[in-house]
Amino acid sequence: MKRKRLINISKAIGKYLFRVLTLLLATSVVAFVLASLSPIDPVQQYVMGAGAVSMEQREAISEYWGLNAPPTERYLNWLSAILRGDMGVSILYRQPVAYIIADRFINTFALMMTSWILSGIIGFTLGCIMGIWRGKWVDSIIKRVCLVLCSVPTFWLGLVFLLIFSVWLGWFPIGFSSPIGIADSDVSIWQRLYHLALPALTLSFISFANVAMHTRQKLVDVLESDYVLFARARGEDTWTIMKRHGFRNTLLPAITLQFASFAELFGGSVLAENVFSYPGLGSAVSAAGLNSDVPLLLGITLFSALFVFSGNFIANIIYGVVDPRIGEERPHGQAIGD
Amino acid sequence: MCHDNLPLLEVDNLSVSFRMYDKAFEQRDLKVIQDLTITVNKGEILAVAGSSGSGKSLLAHAVLGLLPQNATVGGRIFYKGRPLDVENQRKLRGSEIALIPQSVTYLDPLMQVGKQARGADKSPKRLRRQREVFQRLNLTRQTEKLYPFQLSGGMARRVLFSTAIITDAELVIADEPTPGMHLDQALEALSILRELADKGKGIILITHDIDLALQFADKIAVFYAGTTVEELPVADFAKGPGALRHPYSKALWHALPQNDFMPIEGFQPYAGDLPEGCLFAPRCPLKTSECEAENPPMRKLRGGKVRCVHAS
Repeated sequence: MKRKRLINISKAIGKYLFRVLTLLLATSVVAFVLASLSPIDPVQQYVMGAGAVSMEQREAISEYWGLNAPPTERYLNWLSAILRGDMGVSILYRQPVAYIIADRFINTFALMMTSWILSGIIGFTLGCIMGIWRGKWVDSIIKRVCLVLCSVPTFWLGLVFLLIFSVWLGWFPIGFSSPIGIADSDVSIWQRLYHLALPALTLSFISFANVAMHTRQKLVDVLESDYVLFARARGEDTWTIMKRHGFRNTLLPAITLQFASFAELFGGSVLAENVFSYPGLGSAVSAAGLNSDVPLLLGITLFSALFVFSGNFIANIIYGVVDPRIGEERPHGQAIGD
Repeated sequence: MCHDNLPLLEVDNLSVSFRMYDKAFEQRDLKVIQDLTITVNKGEILAVAGSSGSGKSLLAHAVLGLLPQNATVGGRIFYKGRPLDVENQRKLRGSEIALIPQSVTYLDPLMQVGKQARGADKSPKRLRRQREVFQRLNLTRQTEKLYPFQLSGGMARRVLFSTAIITDAELVIADEPTPGMHLDQALEALSILRELADKGKGIILITHDIDLALQFADKIAVFYAGTTVEELPVADFAKGPGALRHPYSKALWHALPQNDFMPIEGFQPYAGDLPEGCLFAPRCPLKTSECEAENPPMRKLRGGKVRCVHAS
């Protein structure tokens, strides 16, 4: 039994490994094709600020970056380098791509996790409130707010927040991850959090509506199920029913959804970081795109694909652990049936 | 306030209808139960028999106040002589009135069944009682830790059955508790209900299995198209068609496999498409013009009750 289980687990791991490799390969091909189709000339972008640059010099830069080789060869060069662990050097920042990703991911990670937790908690709470009082005025008001928030674009909400909280009220800074004119090593954690707050709030506003609506729907299903009817037949009141059946049956899909929402979180962070000039992966990737910085673009694309994949992977694992029905084997040493 | 001579539960001309949306926005009331009358005394098992769609489960839900919001309830229900209103239903269900539901979907899929059987009561007394009842129902100690999806059909039935026995309810409404159980398990379950009745509790046993009902029940109420057509002592049913009062009960008797296995022509009318007057009239051999005037009232006859003008 033990051995069989071990084989099953290694099979599953192998399957996921294969999936992630093919996923990364496909993502890199698509990203590369899109980048080579881009009308932006990296050399032009590079020399723009440098005044008069002769054609020979441009040619030399182009040759130095390897831009003269045909696209297939360039892709294969990049691929063989990355298989050796070398992600290349960013044209834009003139730093190794791996270094830029590591540096900026910390900022993005702080931003995403803050908004992720915020949106999870707010969304689940609101969803439960709507579900319990479904059809009542509380439900319809929150539902409308959620629907509006679902349809609002991130960058627009970011601009509105900037306008209200930074410009009018002056509660939060206009942008960046730390105060201007202070050495990076001197910035305190509080200053960082202070700069993080508004972009994080924007991001969580975008996703909590989604979480709330899903939670509401699931809770309504649960509360209208036979087992809740039976719980009521046994004299349990609404709160007891929520404690015994409601949360248990609603939390699981909510958590799964939350982990599966990494992709939207990443997409949202690109927009939010640009609006707030927040130096994270999102603003780096759009800068890389606008300057045809292919190594950086591909590096971040691969990294974000891996990140989203991990989110979905964790969601799958959690489902298996929390929901007893999904475990492959039945509990040990029990006679099943009669 | 407890009068021993009062019936435990008295359902008097109960009607249940659902507000439905037909096409577009046309709203209409669909009457699924009408003129339903039963009486359960202390120490008595009342078996409720009738085909699917005759309103058996709805009766259970109406007594407990569990009907959905679009349901309208008419008529009167008395528990120990007091009207069973929404307030009383809320107070009594689970403590004095217990339900044995009819399908596994009434168990929470994510909760261990032992915990579900005990309910919200976390006292050690409850735990002891649950273990006793499980043992009695031949459910092993490990069963407590299983989730509903891990149970066989018969085990799930017995877990559902245990939920009512664990409480000290005065009135147990068992909604088809035995299908899926082996015969000996079913017999054990019903003898537990018999013991409860003998201790002075009242039982409503909703069942398709008339054979089993005959062995354990005191009275039978025969349902047809959402109404009671006859309430009779169980002995009369065993005696055969001669002792029965209503033509539908006689037809039911003839249709049983152990008797003639002869079905009657036609089918039970659907709710929303009920005939005028007596609901059984279109299929009744005794039908006269009198039958089509109005649904006849329940009247006493030979120690039972019948809803038929021709019964004698």
